Amino acid sequence: MLQRKKLRAGLGQLLIPLIALGILILFNLIRDPGFFSIGVAVNNSGNRVLTGNPISIIDSASELAIISMGMTLVTAACGGQDISVGAVGAIAGSVFVKVLQGTGSISVGTVILSILACCLATILFKLFNGTLVAVFKIQPMIATLILYSCGRSIAYWINGDATPQLNSPIISSLGMTIPGIPVPTPIFAVLLVGLLLAVVFRFTNISLYTQSVGINQGAARLNGINPTIIKLLSFALLGVCVSVASVIGVCRLGQLNHKTLLVDIEMDAILAVAIGGNNLGGGKFKLSGSILGAYIIQMLTTTLYAMNVSPVNVKAYKAIVIIIIVIAGSPVVKEKLTSLWKKSRIGGSNAVIRKGVG
Amino acid sequence: MKKILVLTLALILALSAVTALADGIKVGIINLDPSESGYRQANVKNLTDTFTADNGYDATFVTAPTADKQLEAANGFITEGVQYILVSAAEATGWDEVLEAAQEAGVKVFLFDRMIDCDPSLYTAAVVSDMRQEGETAVAWLESLGLEEYNILHIQGQLGSAAQIGRSDPLTEKCEAEANWTIVREGTGGDSWDPNEARKIAEAAINAGEKFNIVYAENDGMADGVVQALDAAGITHGVDGDVIIMGFDCNKWALEKLLAGEWNYDGQCSPFQAAVIDEMIKTLEAGGEIEGLNEKNQIISDEKGFDAKTITQEDIDNYGL
Repeated sequence: MLQRKKLRAGLGQLLIPLIALGILILFNLIRDPGFFSIGVAVNNSGNRVLTGNPISIIDSASELAIISMGMTLVTAACGGQDISVGAVGAIAGSVFVKVLQGTGSISVGTVILSILACCLATILFKLFNGTLVAVFKIQPMIATLILYSCGRSIAYWINGDATPQLNSPIISSLGMTIPGIPVPTPIFAVLLVGLLLAVVFRFTNISLYTQSVGINQGAARLNGINPTIIKLLSFALLGVCVSVASVIGVCRLGQLNHKTLLVDIEMDAILAVAIGGNNLGGGKFKLSGSILGAYIIQMLTTTLYAMNVSPVNVKAYKAIVIIIIVIAGSPVVKEKLTSLWKKSRIGGSNAVIRKGVG
Repeated sequence: MKKILVLTLALILALSAVTALADGIKVGIINLDPSESGYRQANVKNLTDTFTADNGYDATFVTAPTADKQLEAANGFITEGVQYILVSAAEATGWDEVLEAAQEAGVKVFLFDRMIDCDPSLYTAAVVSDMRQEGETAVAWLESLGLEEYNILHIQGQLGSAAQIGRSDPLTEKCEAEANWTIVREGTGGDSWDPNEARKIAEAAINAGEKFNIVYAENDGMADGVVQALDAAGITHGVDGDVIIMGFDCNKWALEKLLAGEWNYDGQCSPFQAAVIDEMIKTLEAGGEIEGLNEKNQIISDEKGFDAKTITQEDIDNYGL
């Protein structure tokens, strides 16, 4: 009984995004029955790879899915969003490339070393944001505005070159596909980060602590939770997510462009968190919702491209669909729908009773 | 106390004497932020390499990404008493007042790279790129291939920007005029000319089964994004491939792809205006007149388009950004 209730409560949050996803899938199936077909092709490096829209969508949404997981944690703990993820992502990419080029050669070892260095740098930058938010109690939007506006310049200073190139099979394996494995590597990165967070949540109380800090900081403190530490932790985890996403972004193209790497991803990440039914004011959260949100956004984009919508109109169509999803998931509409649902149920059971009496 | 005062005064006098002695041509250069792009980086470097003390200049450089900072810098230069101001404007409007003030103060203004919307009499000369000509050169090259069918995947830049309009219009006009020229797909990399967006557009087109034999991307980054999608789908490209790849800007890495035969064409957008302006200033200083300006006081940069079949390592070294 309890489990069923729990299941329903969980589904309640995911209901709207799932319906949105379902409608998008249905729409595409009607429009083009072949939209979801998956094929096998040999890519230009001679490897067998899966192709087709579903692969394309899941692959392209990888960076967004990873960052929206981190964004969910920050949102839950701090009741605000980090708008500097794109800019710090550019810094992360810059550090990755700088360290990699500094080591002289691209091998598995140096790539791992560079990823670790990039991870460390990103965590430090995110902790800077975290300190402003958790210690100095500055609103997250304002605190992260600093790096939002200067992050890409910092990325440029680190490298001093507008578009450094990385030509190596290891890099393209990370950004595209590993020889012998037909599934794009970024998809595994999403799984890895998701799994990592799931394990952390399973074996620690971080998830519970994060929610309690987000719901009522004072009450959490009285119960022995240190809100500052929890908030800093959420930013550090976001840092890990950002560095993974930015390494994917760099490896995809085999070059770093600090102007376009993860550009505008902060807005999409916040949107993914919201579409996933998470409260942007903090508190309870569901990572699966945000991941779902990320795939919905990407599927919407791919659908519009597949429909060959004129470039001038793409953003407008996207905005219309997103407004509908967000409104459908808003508390007011939800409440109305729930009460309608309950009324019809009560009406139904009354009818049964009356029937029984009659 | 008095001693210190006298000493300072003497020092100031000595210093001003020294500055008066080092009488290079005083130039104030206002540019955009070098981190903006490979183009800007090359542009800033070109100017700093040319306007040196050895070349007879006393130049001050300001790089600012916004119009208000640039205007502030221009006003500063005028009060400082420079002889020449060189500007690449962040915004095309709002410069009239400053330019008039410069004219009154006898400061000559040169525009480079970007035009300003004002009366041509307010500046001495403008050394700029003609984006439309870049588009026309590219389309003419494409036509010279003499293909039977032109099925084009067109990736546009930031919609409404001078570069996008100039590079798009000749292509769309050609496609409207010729029966065998078709734009099968049109997309945009958005305000940041995002290669990733270009990749997604190409993926969607490939997945929808569209057949195209030409990729016309309005900068190198977006061309590279499309190439990633082609590579993943196993579609060959370049000199011996099925799809012709065209880019713009002539980044060094892009020209190297041309040399390797992976791409076919790259159109130049020259960031090298310093030599032309240097020559004009020297002419003015020698009491001469500047020649070769059009009715808008412009000099249009001479720009090339590179073909993968004829490009050499020397071209990459000379023209790569």
